[in-house]
Amino acid sequence: MTDAVNTPAATPERSLFAADARTSRRNRSEKRFRAYGMAAVGIGILALIVLLISILGNGLSAFKQTYISYPLELTEERLDPDGNRDPGEMARVTTFGYLPVLAMSLEAWLEAEGIEHEMGGRELAAMLSEEAPAQIRAMVLANPDLIGQTIDVQILLGGRIDGFFKGRVTMETAERDRNVSVNQLLLAQTLAERGDVVTRFNWDFITWPDASGSRPEAAGLGVAIIGSLYMMIVVLVLALPIGVAASIYLEEFAPTNRLTDLIEVNISNLAAVPSIVYGILGLAVFINFMEFNQSSPLVGGLVLTLMTLPTIIIATRASLRAVPPSIRQAALGLGASKMQSVFHHVLPLAMPGILTGTIIGLAQALGETAPLLLIGMVAFVREYPDLVSSHSNSFPLMGDGATALPVQVYSWTQRSDPAFVERASGAIIVLLIFLLIMNAIAILLRRRFERRW
Amino acid sequence: MLWILSVIAGLGLLGFLLGRGRAVASAGGDVRLLHSLPTYYGLNVTLLTMVPAVLVLGIWLIIQPIVINNAVTASLPADYLAQTDNPALVMTEVRRLASGFDVAVERGLFTNPEVATLDVTDDTIRDQLAGIGVALGADVSTEVLAAAQQFRVLAVTGRTWMLVVVFALAVAGLGYAFLRTNKDQRARNSVERAILGILIAASTLAILTTVGIVLSMLWDTRNFFQLYPWQDFFFGLEWRPSFEGGSELGLIPLLWGTMYISFIALLVAAPIGLFAAIYMAEYASGRVRSVAKPLIEVLAGIPTIVYGLFALITVGPMLRDYFAQPLGLGDSSSSVMTAGIVMGIMLIPFVSSLSDDIINAVPQSLRDGSYGLGATRSETIKQVILPAALPGIVGAVLLAASRAIGETMIVVLGAGAAARLDLNPFEAMTTVTVKIVGQLTGDTDFSSPEALVAFALGLTLFVITLCLNIVALVVVRKYREQYD
Repeated sequence: MTDAVNTPAATPERSLFAADARTSRRNRSEKRFRAYGMAAVGIGILALIVLLISILGNGLSAFKQTYISYPLELTEERLDPDGNRDPGEMARVTTFGYLPVLAMSLEAWLEAEGIEHEMGGRELAAMLSEEAPAQIRAMVLANPDLIGQTIDVQILLGGRIDGFFKGRVTMETAERDRNVSVNQLLLAQTLAERGDVVTRFNWDFITWPDASGSRPEAAGLGVAIIGSLYMMIVVLVLALPIGVAASIYLEEFAPTNRLTDLIEVNISNLAAVPSIVYGILGLAVFINFMEFNQSSPLVGGLVLTLMTLPTIIIATRASLRAVPPSIRQAALGLGASKMQSVFHHVLPLAMPGILTGTIIGLAQALGETAPLLLIGMVAFVREYPDLVSSHSNSFPLMGDGATALPVQVYSWTQRSDPAFVERASGAIIVLLIFLLIMNAIAILLRRRFERRW
Repeated sequence: MLWILSVIAGLGLLGFLLGRGRAVASAGGDVRLLHSLPTYYGLNVTLLTMVPAVLVLGIWLIIQPIVINNAVTASLPADYLAQTDNPALVMTEVRRLASGFDVAVERGLFTNPEVATLDVTDDTIRDQLAGIGVALGADVSTEVLAAAQQFRVLAVTGRTWMLVVVFALAVAGLGYAFLRTNKDQRARNSVERAILGILIAASTLAILTTVGIVLSMLWDTRNFFQLYPWQDFFFGLEWRPSFEGGSELGLIPLLWGTMYISFIALLVAAPIGLFAAIYMAEYASGRVRSVAKPLIEVLAGIPTIVYGLFALITVGPMLRDYFAQPLGLGDSSSSVMTAGIVMGIMLIPFVSSLSDDIINAVPQSLRDGSYGLGATRSETIKQVILPAALPGIVGAVLLAASRAIGETMIVVLGAGAAARLDLNPFEAMTTVTVKIVGQLTGDTDFSSPEALVAFALGLTLFVITLCLNIVALVVVRKYREQYD
């Protein structure tokens, strides 16, 4: 203190409010550092936005499809040569038999309407989707009275012409493309201006099964949605009770010993095992060893169950731990057994947390692809799987082949026709909507039942 | 299957009602005289009825196909097996024919006795089955037909015995438990013991899964190394599988691709994730944080196939058009860069969430001490908080690295399938996981090294990620104990 008295007070050369070089350097560095942080958060959010925009931009058009409507004459001599409406005989007319019917009606209608075009019958017919004859055939077989009538139907146009209206195909690319000609596009444009060719919302994208590589316009998600649904049922039925049971044991009953320790280490390890390893497990155990059907939702569900269990167990244990000990003690004090205190008091209070964890686990399982590829879910499936398989040698429940939403996306990306990229993005939109709904339910559950002790 | 389970469940319900009724009756209708609540007597009978029956049913379902398979394989004439190069394929044929017959019987094409007496001189079997939609690979030979007939007989016998045993067990359990029910029985204790047993069984499933993973991969890896020398696998510099034989299956190019892509992914994810965590923990106001944190965490909840498609249709072509081609580094839209950057975006929340927690766990007193000495916020962060949080952050990055190594779909769609040792990040490369998928999808024959190599790859991947996970968990855990 004495020193301070002796030293003459240093006269400030400048105001304290004006920063010296060193301070302003430090302040700049402070600002820079803060900007790095903001930039990092910004990049993260920007990436999310770009990702969503890219998927939406590519995929929204999959929900719309281009159709042509014209009066279709279902001529008797071609579709039912004997004229006796016998379903057996009518079924003998194959899809190929329906193609000329569609083509001739189209040609006749164009002529009657006086619409100019410079195409032969074959080129004209190629405008229609290859799926269209099959659809009309199914319609006629379901309702034989249609034969001989002239009906107004909306008929699917080919994938390239559909692409033209969505901007994927242009006149320039059409010149180089063997699958579509400029003449076809010109006619389609004329018809669109007249209102006979329309692009409208396409429910069939959600309900139809997958289609072969040559007709993207008819490919749908029906089988994939059903397959995903079955797998989710299997996961829910198995993973929820097993996960809750395991958590209850570990959290409430387990003594601290080697076995418990082993189980705990195992669970945290399983949560971090790469998903493809579960696929290898499923392939080796369920398909090669137990000989379940390849690509059945049952096997997929089992694999996803094993994958989801650690997530559910970890979430359930956290929410059991959050129930205060006083609840347990009160129950025990009134004479309940340990088991009764857990099942009657702790578990109901922990239920919202458990359900939230389960839904998050299910959402993870729903988006998983790699393990399902290994158990053969990538197969091309046209038939809707039955809930109970008809083959008595296989495990009956859900033993039929199916596919799943993310796997369907993958198999569409592997096809050469670029129109399938649109379908894949569209399928992802459906998948994301499902995930959004599940997460919304989880958040609602948490909000609704959140309680503080 | 469903009806068996529902019959057992029905018996269980019956047992519940009977047991409860008998207990109440034995107390003369006065519930207070019972040792336990009436429900427990019912549950006791239900458990004894259902649990043994369902257990035996499950075990039987697993074992029966194996036993039948072995029996039928053993009964195939040895000289017939010697003619074909692959006994496993013969059995596939047999099983396909047998299930074909099942379908045929169901559709009314044959009756069961007809199938049993079918004869291979009747060449039309294949056509007839094709008529109802069952496709057979080749014409049916005498041996296969006989084996398929035997297969069906054994399957029917097995099924019958299974029903007999399972129902007998259920009824016996019901009867035994019912007869033992009286008012002094300690029903609650035995029910609680049984439930505890079920709980323990559920939690040991984690161990079973791990054992299953390791065993399934070890078994086939062993088969692989019997066909292919391990030195060539671990040290081979070429990956050229060919299904005509003479494949070169070297691990090194795949491992290189895996490490390269993971490295780039971490180069993206680690700084962005870390800075995002620092900003959100130290700078952001409550409102910003409550919006930004969940938004970034959404990135972790998006399925990887979505990132894969994003890499394929957006990032890949963009990198090719704006970087690779102008720089003359190649014109492939699937590249190490594409997969690495997209994977890095996926990993941002893994790094940021964990780091955020860890930065928040650094005690306020350390910050206050630093501010008291006149340090700015960024100086405090750089010189006090980060060193204190460093082990935890390293753990978070290691966890992200193990995610990156095990990631499949982004690489499948973003990085291509060419196995090569190259430094150019704009070239297509491939990883261990892609090759696992590649070797195991499609029609694979599980006795060839080309398919079995996938299991060796899987085991390698499992071991690498396991080591990383363990190190990461140990690091994170150790650090956390310091301030607790």
